[in-house]
Amino acid sequence: MDNILSIVTFIPALAAAFMAVLMRGDDAAARRNAKIIALFATSATFLVSLFIYAGFDPANTGFQFVEERAWIFGLKYKMGVDGISVLFVLLTTFVMPLTILASWNVTTRVKEYMIAFLLLETLMLGVFMALDLVLFYLFFEAGLIPMFLIIGIWGGKDRIYASFKFFLYTFFGSVLMLVAMVTMYMEADTTDIVALLTYNFSYASFDLLGIHVLGGLQTMLFLAFFASFAVKMPMWPVHTWLPDAHVQAPTAGSVVLAAILLKMGGYGFLRFSLPMFPVGSEVMSDLILWMSAIAIVYTSLVAMVQEDMKKLIAYSSVAHMGFVTMGIFAANQQGVDGAIFQMLSHGFISAALFLCVGVIYDRMHTRDIDAYGGLVIRMPAYALVFMFFTMGNVGLPGTSGFIGEFLTLMGTFQANTWVAFVATSGVIFSAGYALWLYRRVVFGDLIKESLKTIQDMTPREKWIFAPLVAMTLLLGIYPVVVTDVIGPSTEALVTSVNTAVAEAGFLTEAAEVEVAATNSH
Amino acid sequence: MQADLSVILPEIILAIYVMAALIGAVYTAKDKLAPLLVWATAALMVVLGVWIGTSGEGATEAFGGMIVDDAFSRFAKVTILLSAAAVMVMGQDYMSKRGMLRFEYPLLVALSVIGMMVMVSAGDLMALYMGLELQSLALYVVAALRRDSIKSTEAGLKYFVLGALSSGLLLYGASLVYGFAGTTKFAGIIEVAQHGEVSIGLLFGIVFLISGMGFKVSAVPFHMWTPDVYEGAPTPVTAFFASAPKVAAMGLFARVLHDAFGHAVADWSQVVALLSVLSMFLGAVAAIGQTDIKRLMAYSSIAHMGYALIGLAAGTELGVQALLIYMTIYVAMNIGTFAFIMMLHRDGKPVTDIRALNQYAKREPGRALGMLILLFSLSGVPPMLGFFGKFFVLRAAVEAGMSWLAVAGVIASVIGAYYYLRIVFFMYFGSDSEDVETHRSPVLLAFFSAGAAVMLIGVVTTFGVEGAAAAAAAMLVH
Repeated sequence: MDNILSIVTFIPALAAAFMAVLMRGDDAAARRNAKIIALFATSATFLVSLFIYAGFDPANTGFQFVEERAWIFGLKYKMGVDGISVLFVLLTTFVMPLTILASWNVTTRVKEYMIAFLLLETLMLGVFMALDLVLFYLFFEAGLIPMFLIIGIWGGKDRIYASFKFFLYTFFGSVLMLVAMVTMYMEADTTDIVALLTYNFSYASFDLLGIHVLGGLQTMLFLAFFASFAVKMPMWPVHTWLPDAHVQAPTAGSVVLAAILLKMGGYGFLRFSLPMFPVGSEVMSDLILWMSAIAIVYTSLVAMVQEDMKKLIAYSSVAHMGFVTMGIFAANQQGVDGAIFQMLSHGFISAALFLCVGVIYDRMHTRDIDAYGGLVIRMPAYALVFMFFTMGNVGLPGTSGFIGEFLTLMGTFQANTWVAFVATSGVIFSAGYALWLYRRVVFGDLIKESLKTIQDMTPREKWIFAPLVAMTLLLGIYPVVVTDVIGPSTEALVTSVNTAVAEAGFLTEAAEVEVAATNSH
Repeated sequence: MQADLSVILPEIILAIYVMAALIGAVYTAKDKLAPLLVWATAALMVVLGVWIGTSGEGATEAFGGMIVDDAFSRFAKVTILLSAAAVMVMGQDYMSKRGMLRFEYPLLVALSVIGMMVMVSAGDLMALYMGLELQSLALYVVAALRRDSIKSTEAGLKYFVLGALSSGLLLYGASLVYGFAGTTKFAGIIEVAQHGEVSIGLLFGIVFLISGMGFKVSAVPFHMWTPDVYEGAPTPVTAFFASAPKVAAMGLFARVLHDAFGHAVADWSQVVALLSVLSMFLGAVAAIGQTDIKRLMAYSSIAHMGYALIGLAAGTELGVQALLIYMTIYVAMNIGTFAFIMMLHRDGKPVTDIRALNQYAKREPGRALGMLILLFSLSGVPPMLGFFGKFFVLRAAVEAGMSWLAVAGVIASVIGAYYYLRIVFFMYFGSDSEDVETHRSPVLLAFFSAGAAVMLIGVVTTFGVEGAAAAAAAMLVH
């Protein structure tokens, strides 16, 4: 099992290739076969990925299951997982079969649809496992292509606008990262992420176009990576592509977007920005903490006035990602642990919420909140599930949402009390918009004529939600299953960052001026 | 003398073949022989390409340094010969269907290829000019191949007038260089043009030479002819313009700047960097409004020349290697894309309007997928090979301390991505419209699929191009 990571990564791609080459026709049987193959492939991927989990040693903070091969242009094909990435791999393999199940009612171009999702899974898994800069970039960027097609072909009314905005926005963010990667390659003479993690990039300040750049090269590299990950995350104020993409994407597309694609930004911060440019992170951290706090409050308020259910959840996603960036750049054990926890928890809860919207959208073909009301009367099971995940979104103790928010807030409180103070108000706002949404959709009288014949969830839909409910509860009640796996790795990360910052010796601009003054004497 | 001749044996063989075929065809069946000549010429080019690629070691000079045969010229020659052969075979069916296939066509292409081969192996300003003119004169005629079409003759005339102007600029630059260096040999010029001691006259000469060559690679601001010629010329000819001549002109560009002015990199690298930035941005912005796919490809090729010029502007060995790799990938992408364009027709007439591709993916899923791969490769999105071309030139720019050029390049690539995406949009998301028919030529399909497949397979293996380009660059940069 030396190459288990490659096996897991490429099972979906192989299934996609199989479907593309060997499957013909577009009749009902072909469509069913496409769905079954896709479900089978994603489930197999999940089962095989459990071996990674089983064989993973949390105490080892290095990379495990490492594979290394020569690749073109002197680059390396290198894969591996550590405590930070292993759970994202599992999150991906776990969510994908559910999204395939959730797309059971797709009728147009089913084969292409399934191929796009399978390829997307391969690329997403690659992002979390790649240990070579260019390999990472390749997976990171290539994921745009299937997502562009998913939104553009199977999306809603304004899908063209949304797909172009999604593609160009994220493409723009990542090309700057590409330049930074090339610079790192030239600087350190390697693209190996493991080697780069221990390489010290220069942090001597310099002037660029008359602007004094504190932290020098590290800050510049940090900003280039930040452009990419902040868009992907997405952070306020570059979040505007997300609501459009979410609203227009088909249900399964929204699920993948919210549950996995957004996590690439946070993962990127943890894999690159924080450990490779500790000084740059330190220089920028106050700004990012405040941006996160603004994101939490602002997007929560925006979410309150939304009339489209998906848009509301999309804005709530931005707010929740605010907690993640806040936790990461608090740069302490609780903060980073909380950020990872929050990302995993958001992966389950937001996926479930988009699926909840999908359930009623499939029946009524509208996402307007006004078009619903009183659903509890005809759909009790749905009301229960929806309530559960609404509570998870609010961060009710006992659900995974609580642990993530609590840990990140605790971490931030140590780093910057005022940011934590502002961000905590976001918790209240989130209760506001989530509960109000729930009240308008589920409670009240069932007066709308069109809703009088609505059917409750089918067994297939219930089965999709069951694992998500289980995971949300498990993480909420027994969070140690996550923190034990990530703990040693995050501890090593936080220690190395703090050591590097301490060694750099300047935490404030004033201190640096002092150093410069003593040097000039 | 015999040793000298053996260096240019491939060129001589090709030239004798062209003369013989020309006379033979004139006195016998004329245009009826055309299809046969196309295949024969292409076969000869492939044979010569393989021969040059597999034989030859080190660097040999001939005719007192007029002609240089080294790894660089061999690399460029192989690319030129193979791409010219591919494009010629691709267009044969298209042209004979529309009564454009005259027997002169393959022979003119072969003549221009001889010119290109001389260009990339020139070791002297005279040889350079001879090669350039042989190539250009043949191309002027090919552009106006459809004598009865106003657009085609206009394209030919425009190309000729502007081409003559650029030749004039180049010649003026060459005479200035000769005047101030006292020699036309690159090996002699490089000794005069040491860094920091380049006389003002020599500097003027360099700038004029760069202008002339910028015209041939269609770099902004010398690009005006490109969209009109691309649109006016018959599609197979456009495909040819977009491939082999571009490689030859880039090869010549690199050859002159490094072989003759290799010690004065700082003097020309800024000029080339400027051409590069302008080309990338104009190519990206101007293509947005185009609806004619051939015009769009013209602007796309301008932008791509901009990226390739990044490698040249870097002025390093890595830069030349990046340039060669970029051009090779570019040619492969273009062959695939033009094979696709040639397949489209409606009622027997070629279709070049991109709006005709509405919902193409529904009718022809396989071909749409191939085109999708090529388009994403053209826009430089991984995992397609086009991305690695861009990655390589960016690397060269950063290594040479020109990070600003790399940043400009990637920003232009985002703007450029928009118009490639627009074609994807028509193919996959567009609304239904009148059908465009797809020509079922096995030859076109083969080149199209090969082009698309290479973009994907290239991620696993580069077919030895990388090593050959490295050797070529090492030979050129002192």
